[in-house]
Amino acid sequence: MSIENGDAVSAQTETEPTESKRTGEALLTVEGLTKHFPIRKGLLQRQVGAVQAVDGLNFDVQKGETLSLVGESGCGKTTTGRLLTRLLEPTAGKIVFDGKDISHLSVGKMRPLRRDIQMIFQDPYSSLNPRHTVGTIVGAPFKLQNVKTEHGTKRAVQDLLALVGLSPEHYNRYPHEFSGGQRQRIGIARTLALRPKLIVADEPVSALDVSIQAQVVNLLEDLQNEFDLTYVMIAHDLSVVRHVSDRVAVMYLGKIMEIADRTALYERPMHPYTVALLSAVPIPDTSRRGNRERIRLQGDVPSPVNPPSGCRFRTRCWKAQEICKVEEPPLAELAPGHRAACHFPENTDKLTIDPTGAAHS
Amino acid sequence: MSEFSEDSLDGGAVIRPEPSKNPDAFLQVRGLRVHFPTDDGVVKSVDDLSFSVARGKTLGIVGESGSGKSVTSLSVMGLHKAGTAKITGEILLDGQNLVGMDAEKVRALRGKRMAMIFQDPLSAMHPFYTVGNQIIEAYRVHNKVTKAVARKHAIDMLDKVGIPNPKGRVDDYPHQFSGGMRQRAMIAMALSCDPELLIADEPTTALDVTVQAQILDLIRDLQQEFNSAVIIITHDLGVVAELADDIMVMYAGRAVEYSTAEDIFNSPQHPYTWGLLGSMPRLDRDRTERLLPIPGTPPSLINVPDGCPFNPRCAYANLNGDLSMTVRPEFRDIGGDHHIACHLSAEDRVRIWDTEIRPKL
Repeated sequence: MSIENGDAVSAQTETEPTESKRTGEALLTVEGLTKHFPIRKGLLQRQVGAVQAVDGLNFDVQKGETLSLVGESGCGKTTTGRLLTRLLEPTAGKIVFDGKDISHLSVGKMRPLRRDIQMIFQDPYSSLNPRHTVGTIVGAPFKLQNVKTEHGTKRAVQDLLALVGLSPEHYNRYPHEFSGGQRQRIGIARTLALRPKLIVADEPVSALDVSIQAQVVNLLEDLQNEFDLTYVMIAHDLSVVRHVSDRVAVMYLGKIMEIADRTALYERPMHPYTVALLSAVPIPDTSRRGNRERIRLQGDVPSPVNPPSGCRFRTRCWKAQEICKVEEPPLAELAPGHRAACHFPENTDKLTIDPTGAAHS
Repeated sequence: MSEFSEDSLDGGAVIRPEPSKNPDAFLQVRGLRVHFPTDDGVVKSVDDLSFSVARGKTLGIVGESGSGKSVTSLSVMGLHKAGTAKITGEILLDGQNLVGMDAEKVRALRGKRMAMIFQDPLSAMHPFYTVGNQIIEAYRVHNKVTKAVARKHAIDMLDKVGIPNPKGRVDDYPHQFSGGMRQRAMIAMALSCDPELLIADEPTTALDVTVQAQILDLIRDLQQEFNSAVIIITHDLGVVAELADDIMVMYAGRAVEYSTAEDIFNSPQHPYTWGLLGSMPRLDRDRTERLLPIPGTPPSLINVPDGCPFNPRCAYANLNGDLSMTVRPEFRDIGGDHHIACHLSAEDRVRIWDTEIRPKL
């Protein structure tokens, strides 16, 4: 029982995580971040086009806050995460981490920084080497970075296991002996080994059952409070995102459509795409069945090889007009801290609306 | 059949027959057990399960992975490999018992009278044949028609499920479809012979939220058109709240709660159902500070705990002395066609729900 108790660390940290977590001190700043994957064809492998996976992102992440990137599959959120951790080389743009430009650092120059930037992966099955014991997996960062701990690596690993709600006796076991939730905890322990400043979590709970998901979400919150961690969370489940985030960026076809504080985004979404996403979330309440107005987005996300001209969302947008085809709307600040890229934003006059129901008239 | 649906429309006025014994239901499952003998012991995936679904009605089956949801649906469809699974009990499809029926006879029913929508449309469709061919084949197995007629039918079906330009897309291969379109194509295939029973196993789990909303609307519309009995299997309580008339909550191969969707969401009586509701962040409520996960993990189905299988994870297991640890609770009617398998007294359940659980949701 006790080994899976996600609340183990929580008792002392019942402080209220509010939106005032923004300290004003940016840990990570991203300017014009772009990643195009070339498409090559023919004998000479000439470039005939590019998948515009990420196209000109601007945002910052402040110390101690959680920024979530949400969007449909193919919107570029995972690519963004991999760019931030420099697992991919950006095509253009700048990534500044802790005052240092890391956009084009070499693998060797990047290595010392890997202590500070870590990643949690989505699939707890493929992200752990099945032939290594838990001790080896969680101890790997110490070895790779040549870190000596006070009481030796084994002790440090056992402390980490206890921290994430596993038992120190699990040191010599193999990943296949654990359930999905426990494996995700192993991955989190490895991530925390070197006390990183920034953690990029790519769908950390979406492979888990709902009861286990809640355990891991609580664990991530506790760890953030305890170690003053900064998270960039990549997720598609809007209910989970609202629970964990301080700020949320909505992405569509490689661009940020809207970025705002959690409360503002969920209560007064301005971009039609955000409104549509929110209206599509199924609500576990039978009394709402039928009387909830849902915006049905037609069709699928267009190909990022040939994104639509002007506003990229216009092909599925019910408000689209001629100007949307011609001119790309800038990501403008429409309310304090609330930026949206739309020619015809919603909720610009209303103060409160039903976040889940009919958000448009 | 029609008596049943009229009764249920009256709401609480008419006491409906026990769900597992409703004689008019199109599908009745009684005392179903599916056991898999393995080298480590017998895996009791489904252990004494009873339920029924009437025409025009939707039953939602909810539970964590390993609770026996999918094994149940595969048994109904007769898709367990002969020899690996030991199936006992009764599965009555319109009065015919499928358990022990000749495989060829079940094959004739499958597709025609009952059909299934699988979770992963990419692996459920054959990559080597066009989408149209696969629908045509399914249709011609059960109907003596020419290829041309079947092809026209396939185009009609694709049109019905909302594939744009069905005439052109009918000759596409599955890989040319997006995830949402593939799921639609599979629904078209499943519905091509107007099945009277449709089983949807996690039909939207692999899909984005906007596409999920489209697919749920589609299943609902098609059910109204064909008046089929539908079973929807999911771990997402939001999805069942959108679709289901009745909900069965499963744990460790058994039903732990069974009632109307309204009751399950508004006055759930089983601690496991409370746990599921507490684990889930909800968009329609104010954000809670902490989620309330169910501690621990689901039990091994080889060594199911004595007494109530949920007792190691249940916060209320000690309220009745050691009853929950020693005696398996009976699945019983607690009034109003609400069934639970729990030792808690009615007063305790009402008190705990009203004072401890509901205020925190």
